[in-house]
Amino acid sequence: MSSDKSGFEPRIVAFLCNWCSYTGADLAGTARMKYPANVRTIRVMCSGRVDAQFVMKAFAEGADAVLISGCHTPSDCHYQEGNFKALRRYYLLKKMLPQFGIEPERLRLEWISAAEGDKFQEVCTEYTEQIKKLGPSPVKKGVKNG
Amino acid sequence: METIKLKINGFEVEAFDRQPLIEVAEKLGIKIPTLCHNPIIEPYGVCRVCTVEVRHGRRVRMVTACNYPVTNGIEVFTESERVIRNRKMIIEWLLARCGNVPVLNKLAEQYGITEPRFGRGTDDCILCGLCVRVCQDVVKANVLGFFERGPKRYVSTAFDQTSDLCITCGACASVCPTGCITVEGLQEGIYKEMPMGPITPIHIDFMQAVPKKAVIDHDSCINFKTGGCKVCVDVCEAEAIDHSMQETEKEVDVGTILLSTGFKLQDGEALKEYGYGKYPNILTSLDFEVLNNANGPTGGKIFTQEGKVPKAIGIIHCVGSRDKKYHEYCSRVCCMYALKFAHLIKEKIHDCEVYNFYIDMRCFGKGYEEFYNRLLKEGVNFVRGKVAEINDAALDKSEEGKLILRAEDTMIGTVRRIPVDMVVLCLAVEAQEDAKELSHFFSCSVGRDGFFIEKHPKLAPVSTAADGIFIAGMAQGPKDIPDTVAQAGAASSAMLSLIQQKEVEAEVVTAMIDEETCSGCQICVGLCPYTAITYNKDKNKSELNEALCKGCGTCVAACPSGAAQQKNFRDSQIFAEIKGILAV
Amino acid sequence: MAKPKVAFYWCASCGGCEEAVVDLAEDILKVVEAVDIVFWPCALDFKKTDVEAMEDGSIAVTFINGAINSDEQEEMVHLIRKKSGLIVAFGACSHLGGIPGLANLTDKESILRASYLTGPTNVNQEKTIPLAKSPSPDGELHLPELKANALALDQVIDVDYYIPGCSVPKKLILDAVTAILTGNLPPKGSVLAPTRTNCDTCERNKTKPEKLTISKFYRPYEIELDEEKCFLAQGVICMGPVTRGGCDERCIKGNMPCRGCFGPVDNVYDQGAKFISALASLFDAKTDEEVQAIVDTIQDPAGTFYRFSVAKSYLGHKVS
Repeated sequence: MSSDKSGFEPRIVAFLCNWCSYTGADLAGTARMKYPANVRTIRVMCSGRVDAQFVMKAFAEGADAVLISGCHTPSDCHYQEGNFKALRRYYLLKKMLPQFGIEPERLRLEWISAAEGDKFQEVCTEYTEQIKKLGPSPVKKGVKNG
Repeated sequence: METIKLKINGFEVEAFDRQPLIEVAEKLGIKIPTLCHNPIIEPYGVCRVCTVEVRHGRRVRMVTACNYPVTNGIEVFTESERVIRNRKMIIEWLLARCGNVPVLNKLAEQYGITEPRFGRGTDDCILCGLCVRVCQDVVKANVLGFFERGPKRYVSTAFDQTSDLCITCGACASVCPTGCITVEGLQEGIYKEMPMGPITPIHIDFMQAVPKKAVIDHDSCINFKTGGCKVCVDVCEAEAIDHSMQETEKEVDVGTILLSTGFKLQDGEALKEYGYGKYPNILTSLDFEVLNNANGPTGGKIFTQEGKVPKAIGIIHCVGSRDKKYHEYCSRVCCMYALKFAHLIKEKIHDCEVYNFYIDMRCFGKGYEEFYNRLLKEGVNFVRGKVAEINDAALDKSEEGKLILRAEDTMIGTVRRIPVDMVVLCLAVEAQEDAKELSHFFSCSVGRDGFFIEKHPKLAPVSTAADGIFIAGMAQGPKDIPDTVAQAGAASSAMLSLIQQKEVEAEVVTAMIDEETCSGCQICVGLCPYTAITYNKDKNKSELNEALCKGCGTCVAACPSGAAQQKNFRDSQIFAEIKGILAV
Repeated sequence: MAKPKVAFYWCASCGGCEEAVVDLAEDILKVVEAVDIVFWPCALDFKKTDVEAMEDGSIAVTFINGAINSDEQEEMVHLIRKKSGLIVAFGACSHLGGIPGLANLTDKESILRASYLTGPTNVNQEKTIPLAKSPSPDGELHLPELKANALALDQVIDVDYYIPGCSVPKKLILDAVTAILTGNLPPKGSVLAPTRTNCDTCERNKTKPEKLTISKFYRPYEIELDEEKCFLAQGVICMGPVTRGGCDERCIKGNMPCRGCFGPVDNVYDQGAKFISALASLFDAKTDEEVQAIVDTIQDPAGTFYRFSVAKSYLGHKVS
């Protein structure tokens, strides 16, 4: 993948909950909707499973952005309230990320239901465009430890 | 009860001691005329029309049969010369008060009275008191009563005012022999809630109801309003009716559940341009189905609300379906039932013009296209185009009272104006209003259209995301009966195979708590929505009940010791995934 | 039999860890009796050349405290690694980067500016800033150069064991020395402290409500701290749940919440991120606005959650 500004292809890690967003992504697939290959998905059972460590690890491994997606609040969560946990962690992380030099826009939270294949496609497309404009993650060009 | 013997018109008959004479005679098939008697009401003997002759030994008496208690050895004559003479006189007296009441005139005719000796009065109430008695004794609403005395006596409500106590049950009108009581609005025919007219509070929901048993409508049953009536209890020989029964909730343990909650028809009034609710002869497809049903209110005869046989009927397809304003999807059933309607109308009313207004004919099933071709030959009119508006603006006398359809006919490229007597709207099928709520309850999901989502459209079409929960029928999406039956069969097979296994696979991705590293901080305990985690005070550890755990992993993410892990989704596995997908 | 040779070295540290050794008081005599201290710049006069003269691997064990944030320290620890059998990272700075690691959340230029130019107590009219090389009448002078980021010891050299703490409690030092002398050591790379977090032994853990929720955070000075109640239940950030135990809850017993100097337990790598996951779960909030309102009451999340462990977080430092 080219890293020069014009041909920059961001790498976005998407944590998708099994019941809504991953199924929504699946629906996008069965409906033959294309979304950018920049989005690389990791299935978790619930957005409440997403540990802030996963997000930090993803950035440390060179992700240009991280997308967390779960079932719609307040009542769609397959596990009743896992999505609220994700929501809370998201805001706290978003406050902390700039302290590590990472733009808060590089973390995004979305609610995508199992029926919203098109929304999944839209979010992926739009977010990829947004990150392309924002440029590569500072982690890659940043000073390595030492 | 003691039985006795008596003779009626020469026939010996057995009866219970002190049984009303009219009942005994009826059993023998001897009809004694009466105006003021109704089996549900205590006899009163006021109209006197039922007067008969009773002989006991040498004693001869004229008595009213409705309230005369029979005793052993009596001899009764219901049509003796003396009885006829007496009855004639009584009818003449009644005519002197109510000369124009049909039931009296019929009786007079029967007894050969043409010119009543005492003239004909103009009242229409014979003061039989049935209405007063039914209101007081049966309904127990105590609205009606007698007022004044002698010739001025009349039936009314207290102070002749509209009574708050009246529950509009209509019992008085239904028992009135002369028809002098009517309930306002009852005869006019069109009810918004009951387009085919009112039903009785106790009824069988529909002919195909399972179980096919009568139900009592709590809202309209008199007993639930006044504590009275219970006529149905008296007449039910099986003694099956019990008004004191309460709704009960039963808990049943089951292993699998089928959601086949069906659909609802779109609200026709939402489409203002079609005037449903405004014009009585615009029916929804379900209304028409009821009207056309042999078990329906008209016995399957097709009438307009005015009781006339329609000469032209318009059937409009895709009302609310395939329409971005309402539902984008196709309701799938309308084309074929619209064709069925057209066929049945033609069968019942040969000269009726039937117009089908359609976007596309979707006759996709086995034998469906053939049926369509048959209808073309039957002379059904097909107009390709959407109806823009329905109104009753007649241009000339011949159009008066008709519904005018304005539609574009795309086949001939012009706008047509077609007057009809009746319109059937093929409204869109919709998901049930509470489908979403239900989906939360059963941990499955609904799509944007509101119908339940299957686990996979091809590989798991009757399963849902929740194990053991299956779906079939319209609840999953619009489909016709053959498809529904096939799907229901598939779903029940899937359920049976689960039941057959006698055991279910437990959730595999449950959390687990490592006792060695758990510090007992209890942060996980309050996070679990399933109360699967409890804090063991003695050990100072959190403990997980795997049977309750559904495997969301929220506790795992939150565990500050990393002591909680999730099977198949361990931290180390997810870190490896992150590393892997970012390797290139 | 010759006594085993032991060395102590300090890098970017406050001296508290040296103090901790001295604080062993009469117990230090037992240590001295059992071992031969061959190198301890803080207490004994040895030079680099003395170390260089030693045979490779001749020192049985060297305790190194402090983070690595200059090229001189880097050079010295490499040298010591060569001469030592075992290297023990001693104290929070050496273990996790510690307080010097907080500098990683800013950049070298800002640190130098604040320390030498803009600090309110600075008098530096010539605006002198330390330079690695500077000319002098006697030729070019060389000074150790500040590194861009402070590092934990194991980010520079191979480390055998860790003794956590700021500073290291006496009990842990004695246990570690005993373990080394008796050869009763856990697998290489172990932290010589308990495997559970502070809540395991904390007296206040018993006061945690059944369902702990937090709707507002207070800094310790903002409220009167209850002396018995769990700090989190009071809305005060306490790193206890995500911090390795073994400190005897010194801060908590002094009515101050845990600040996390022992670092995370073995199953957790990134202490701050893990704490975000745990802490945020407890928010009493269900809408964006409610969550944001609670987040607004947390000052300096990175500095709070990673007070001692920035260097050992996944990112390690501010990246831009």
